[in-house]
Amino acid sequence: MPEDRPNTYSAGPDESGRFGDYGGRFVSETLMPLILELEAEYERAKTDADFWAEMDFLWKHYVGRPSPLYHAERLTERLGGAKIYMKRDELNHTGAHKINNVLGQILLARRMGKTRIIAETGAGQHGVATATVCAKFGLKCVVYMGAHDVERQKPNVFRMRLLGAEVVAVTSGRGTLKDAMNDAMRDWVTNIADTFYCIGTVAGPHPYPAMVRDFQSIIGKEVREQMQEAEGRLPDTLVAAIGGGSNAMGLFHPFLDDPEVSIIGVEAGGKGVSEKMEHCASLTGGRPGVLHGNKTYLLQDDDGQILEGFSISAGLDYPGIGPEHAWLHDTGRAQYVSITDAEALEAFQLSCATEGIIPALEPSHALAHVMKIAPSLPQDHLLVMNMCGRGDKDIFAVAQHLGVDIA
Amino acid sequence: MTRIDDTFARLKSEGRKAFVAYVMAGDPDLETSTEIVKGLPGAGVDIIELGQPFTDPMADGSTIQKAGQRALAGGQTLDKTLGIARALRETDQTTPIVMMGYYNPIFSRGVDRFLAEAAEAGIDGLIVVDLPPEEDAELCLPAQAAGIDFIRLATPTTDDRRLPRVLQNTSGFVYYVSINGITGSAEAQADTVGPEVARIKRATDLPIIVGFGIRSPGTAKAIAEVADGAVVGSAIVSQIADGKPVSEVLDFVRTLAEGAHSA
Repeated sequence: MPEDRPNTYSAGPDESGRFGDYGGRFVSETLMPLILELEAEYERAKTDADFWAEMDFLWKHYVGRPSPLYHAERLTERLGGAKIYMKRDELNHTGAHKINNVLGQILLARRMGKTRIIAETGAGQHGVATATVCAKFGLKCVVYMGAHDVERQKPNVFRMRLLGAEVVAVTSGRGTLKDAMNDAMRDWVTNIADTFYCIGTVAGPHPYPAMVRDFQSIIGKEVREQMQEAEGRLPDTLVAAIGGGSNAMGLFHPFLDDPEVSIIGVEAGGKGVSEKMEHCASLTGGRPGVLHGNKTYLLQDDDGQILEGFSISAGLDYPGIGPEHAWLHDTGRAQYVSITDAEALEAFQLSCATEGIIPALEPSHALAHVMKIAPSLPQDHLLVMNMCGRGDKDIFAVAQHLGVDIA
Repeated sequence: MTRIDDTFARLKSEGRKAFVAYVMAGDPDLETSTEIVKGLPGAGVDIIELGQPFTDPMADGSTIQKAGQRALAGGQTLDKTLGIARALRETDQTTPIVMMGYYNPIFSRGVDRFLAEAAEAGIDGLIVVDLPPEEDAELCLPAQAAGIDFIRLATPTTDDRRLPRVLQNTSGFVYYVSINGITGSAEAQADTVGPEVARIKRATDLPIIVGFGIRSPGTAKAIAEVADGAVVGSAIVSQIADGKPVSEVLDFVRTLAEGAHSA
């Protein structure tokens, strides 16, 4: 219904941290004052030119931004349709988009006088980015990681330890990313005086979803400028993978109020979105609920108990999704689809073979959807997929799935 | 007058402090759990906190989390938790039952439907850890409209500026969390808790009950002396985890109750 459409899609959240009915601040009272303090500090930083000058300096000289917007010529030719661009955030220092956000949060932590940083991590990319920036600034860093992920992401665990972080293998609950987030929250509530919780995605209690989105929006802002330079206009379609949804929100947000730009988020379909729940597709296979400080779509059973996700990609293996995505889904501004493990593996190999880019398994999901839609789109259709991470960390998992022994 | 108000009025007239016991519904199994709950009033428990298990109990330590996992593995559901309350009401019409847990199982059921079912089952109050005053419209206000008390947690981080917000819309009693941390962790200290309780008392007429970090009759007494009562959870749940028979669990509860009542 057009009359129900908001005037703008980019103004949220409201003052209580809601995107429509999603988001909010569902945390224990102990954490509430900390979250309000963080919100106040972030509101001050947001309009502080010095804060953004420091961000810009570090983005340029430490992270290597802007990341290129790359025309994937052979892939375009192979698929025979839309003109495909890759936003090369896998070229960032530490190999993924995660550091865009970590820098912002660590600068905030420094402003707030916090000396100890905690983080949760799934694939390990956010943990590595956090450990990296903590090393740079001489901050103590503790990373919570599900015991199962510690096992399947060994190179990143070693990286974090080299960078001086303490990696805690989480065995509580079922030892997955959501349990790592539970344990990080338990740590935070126990060490409130000196500790800053650096959340890796656009989820958690307000202000995290908005704050992380703002830091990641550098991706979409660059794409706007770079596409203008390359093609003299806006892109037609944006495609990004979604676990919690931070790389996708970073790409999407600067385009939300351009109705001519179609926006597609790709969830991890695991073995297929079915009753068996062997997937992580919160939007296509879940329903609204409350977890980890926000109201959003969740994988859950009929009694409101949270279910485990399933995906080949540890970075997408989370039963929830950022609340702004939930709202964009309900309003129809963005479209959400799912891609199976097998499709992602195929895209992984195609990227290696046609472009010489070894992608992480997370953006391989986005690429797999590009493979589906590009052939039937016209050649002047400009399609941008977010290559949000590189695949070095995944080669062991991929080898195993392809039946190759490299151990 | 609600059962909770009645209980505090009676305790006041007797010059006694309240002893509140927490157990996880369905732990170690539905039958044993029901038997324990039905035995709590006889063991000296003034108010029963009945835990509704949740897969992701962010504010709880491993003892309560594992109890929830045992309960869920045994097939515990929200309906069965309400069933335990109904079972108690067959033999006990006076002991208040406060259901404690996290919001998602309630949200999933639907707030209005849940409140109707909870009232019918004989639930008197709710403690929902992940619903701060900022989210009062979700459950707190509808619960009070349905005649169910919404009991709020106040914590060491709830400063004087924030306290009025926390106390507003709180009914039944105030649950003061003795430490910054999770359940079953550091021991509560009466000399730090006392001044905090006094601070909150200046802002409300509601009884102040203190929980987190109370494991022994001695601590229960020391804390009850500086508040209106004490809550013990993890220490009782540990006995159940150890596979103690119901009679031994209730004997342990009785020693805690005597501790709190001797204050």
